[in-house]
Amino acid sequence: MSRFSFSIAIMPREGILDPQGKAVEAALPQLGAATVHGVRIGRRIELTVEADDAPSARAVVEKLAAEFLANPLVERWAIDEGQPLAGVSG
Amino acid sequence: MKVGVVVFPGSNCDRDALHGARLAGAQAELLWHEDTDLHGADVVILPGGFAYGDYLRAGAIARFSPIMDAVREHAARGGLLLGICNGFQVLTEAGLLPGALRRNTTLRFEHRWVSLLVQRHDTPFTRGIPAGQTLRLPIAHGEGSFYLADAELDGLEASGQVLFRYGPPEGNPNGSARDIAGVTDSSGRICGLMPHPERASEGLLGSDDGLLLLRSMVESAAQVEAVA
Repeated sequence: MSRFSFSIAIMPREGILDPQGKAVEAALPQLGAATVHGVRIGRRIELTVEADDAPSARAVVEKLAAEFLANPLVERWAIDEGQPLAGVSG
Repeated sequence: MKVGVVVFPGSNCDRDALHGARLAGAQAELLWHEDTDLHGADVVILPGGFAYGDYLRAGAIARFSPIMDAVREHAARGGLLLGICNGFQVLTEAGLLPGALRRNTTLRFEHRWVSLLVQRHDTPFTRGIPAGQTLRLPIAHGEGSFYLADAELDGLEASGQVLFRYGPPEGNPNGSARDIAGVTDSSGRICGLMPHPERASEGLLGSDDGLLLLRSMVESAAQVEAVA
């Protein structure tokens, strides 16, 4: 068994109102950033899976994302393999 | 006739629901979320609150509580099941009720009185509510905006599963699709709503309209028991 790292980005589906994104966008002109548009807010989940190989680890994450981490009615998601987010500025 | 009120870590309307069920004429008992049976409850209420801190999404983690297997079996047997506020969120996350409850479009935690239009009077939850009566109930939630895609909403309306809508004078407080405040499953025996009937169960609280719903539910279950 090896450990495989993944990140799952979860976003509100297109066409679904994202009141958080709208509120942030509405505040941007105060920063002089009135040229910035299309703000959408989601969440990122990082995890590791113990598995024999990468494809079986990924299968676990896909099932988890569809059945628990995201709500398919209102959210879409993307799964990436790799290390936790590093070099975060700020 | 016994009502069981499930207590999740973070529930905060469990005792209110217990009190409301007793005012409605039932025996009532709190059920711990780690229990695996319903202690003989004929009706189950999932109360309001913030189960598991609303982490991930409201209701998303509570659905894995040990007691939820017994709640599912109860529902599968046709037992009455009521989800209030956070309990409604748990039931949608558990797939026992349709739809999803999203962040209020106002981006605020909305806590105030609303007026509810009762869409059907032939369900176990509404049979004792006089036709034409609007219910005055309080809401208190940050994530109560009911969502379903339009095509599915059409199906929900066609099958008579929309039980409560927000009506005038206050109107829709949270951006819910088609002003929907409460729905049932296809059998009509599982109901979820965002407003709090238990917080309007005696005059001292400003309204006892919620008691009409709780009493309908308790009397419906008692009739089933009498027939059985």
